[in-house]
Amino acid sequence: MDIIGYQGLIGVSLAMSLWLISAGLTIIFGVLGVINFAHGSLFMVGAYMAYTFYGLLGFPFGLSVLLSLAVAAVLGLIMERGFLRHLYHLDHAYQLLLTFGFVLVLDDAVKIIWGGVFKIPPIPRFLDGAWPVFGRPFPVYNTFLIAVGILVGIGLWALFEKTWWGRVVRATASDREMANALGVNVPWVFSTVFMVGAMLAALGGALGTPIRVAAPGIGAAMIIQAFIITVIGGLGSLKGAFTGSLVVGILSAYGTLFFPVFELFFSFVIMTVVLLVRPQGLFVHSN
Amino acid sequence: MMHARHAHLMSGPLTTALVAALIALPLLAGNYLTYLTIQILILSLFALGFNLLFGYTGLLSFGQAGFYAVGAYICAKILLVQPSLLLGVGGGTVAAAVVAVLLGALSVRHTRIYFSMLTLAFGMMIYSVAWKWRDVTGGDDGLVGIPRAPLKILGTASISLSTIEHYYYFVLVVVLLGVFFMYRLVNSPFGLSLQAIRDGETRAPFVGMSVTTHRLLAFTIAGLYAGLAGALLPPLENTVTPVMAHWTTSADPILATLLGGIYVFSGPIVGGALFIIIKDLIVRVTVHWSIVLGTVVIILVMGFRGGVAGIVAGMVARPRAAPAPAVASK
Repeated sequence: MDIIGYQGLIGVSLAMSLWLISAGLTIIFGVLGVINFAHGSLFMVGAYMAYTFYGLLGFPFGLSVLLSLAVAAVLGLIMERGFLRHLYHLDHAYQLLLTFGFVLVLDDAVKIIWGGVFKIPPIPRFLDGAWPVFGRPFPVYNTFLIAVGILVGIGLWALFEKTWWGRVVRATASDREMANALGVNVPWVFSTVFMVGAMLAALGGALGTPIRVAAPGIGAAMIIQAFIITVIGGLGSLKGAFTGSLVVGILSAYGTLFFPVFELFFSFVIMTVVLLVRPQGLFVHSN
Repeated sequence: MMHARHAHLMSGPLTTALVAALIALPLLAGNYLTYLTIQILILSLFALGFNLLFGYTGLLSFGQAGFYAVGAYICAKILLVQPSLLLGVGGGTVAAAVVAVLLGALSVRHTRIYFSMLTLAFGMMIYSVAWKWRDVTGGDDGLVGIPRAPLKILGTASISLSTIEHYYYFVLVVVLLGVFFMYRLVNSPFGLSLQAIRDGETRAPFVGMSVTTHRLLAFTIAGLYAGLAGALLPPLENTVTPVMAHWTTSADPILATLLGGIYVFSGPIVGGALFIIIKDLIVRVTVHWSIVLGTVVIILVMGFRGGVAGIVAGMVARPRAAPAPAVASK
């Protein structure tokens, strides 16, 4: 039975890097009403940046992660200010198509800069190694991921519930016109929310690379995972994204163990069933 | 919310000239150009079906590659057992239409983002079946050695299509028929109803239209066209691979349609041609074709939402007519 517990814990650690990318996606949708196809590409950019700063240039690990986030924030700002902003009055289809254009550009840009082969940065020495859990060696790095995921969850909760910025963002999300009438600088809120979302994606990428890899195709793969999670949890819901990440992470950990052939298929079955039966998401009560 | 009526870019003489040029093409051009034109024809057909759903009905599907792949795989399976082209292409098309009617019945319960997500999930479900069901689909290797089977018409002798010119003419006839039927369809009362539903979903039922039935029909026809386009591919390439069903393949007809123009009947055809030609030209210079494509997509979405055919149609037909009709309230 130990394998069940152990694999469950592996699943939780997988869930945490999924949580980081899904949190950004769902926040952006919740406030801006935009489905950002390029969110997976921001994850990819975060991964490559961490690889470059830490793996190639030898910067300290923490600084490398922070620099990756900064790059993603700038990219996010350009995407929102320079492009998306001009499409809010149009059908959502155009926003999807625009962000798909970003996917194409960023995927190729990564290939041009870093080449077509995948890169794996080393695990920092202080996070290397393993300790015994359920009689098996559990990597310290995965433990670190779980801790980061939980901390980010608490941080986001505090950010949205306890700060002035969080109140403004929630007000904007629930009624854009009213917030505007009350003097909220809505365009500024949109930009900051998009940047926070981009940084979350990049954080997922930067911290996820040592156990996944940085490769040109990961953006397209990750965005699909994030779609599944945010749909299961309810588009726009942070709590839902957290729970959805746990469901998908744990399912895929057991899936690779017990039913590797159907794992991918089942994720999409769950996504479809939720969309058909409870489009507002499994973990959202109402509205 | 007002949408301009779909403009007709193709006038009679222009269409005749284009068809004549297409018929003469293999006599004048080499094998490579003929092959490229087959690809254009197939993508145009694929995009034309997609745009019935997107431009005419207002539903953006991200799962059309699923039906494309069903058409291709079923056609390939048939040809591997029974080398008869009509049987293979027909079987693939029918199979795709059947899958489309089943998945469509579920998909059209939603619109907008939820519809896009749902079709994305269905398409990826088909992808994961193609990728993982190794015994039937060949897994990630796909199916290989698919013959370019002869064309057997009931009773009469069979026509060999082993040369690329012969196969080109077969594809040309199929695609022209497809274009003709689509043209009739969008100008029929049914086609006009679809546009009415797109423009005023809440009003349509008051004049007695069943919104769901219309959407389901459009979805099925789009799936059928995707399946037909997919079924034309295995005899050309002699192979099918799971990537045909991937969501990134679903983007091809979307981008082609966007390039050509969403609100012009010939948009997807013009876009299909531009897509393949631009890709071919760029790939000669650099492997990084997608960065160019992405840039083009961004420019089109930002500033030229009518597409190339839309711009031309606007200049030719009504210089003052406001295009960019794709405005819908959020």
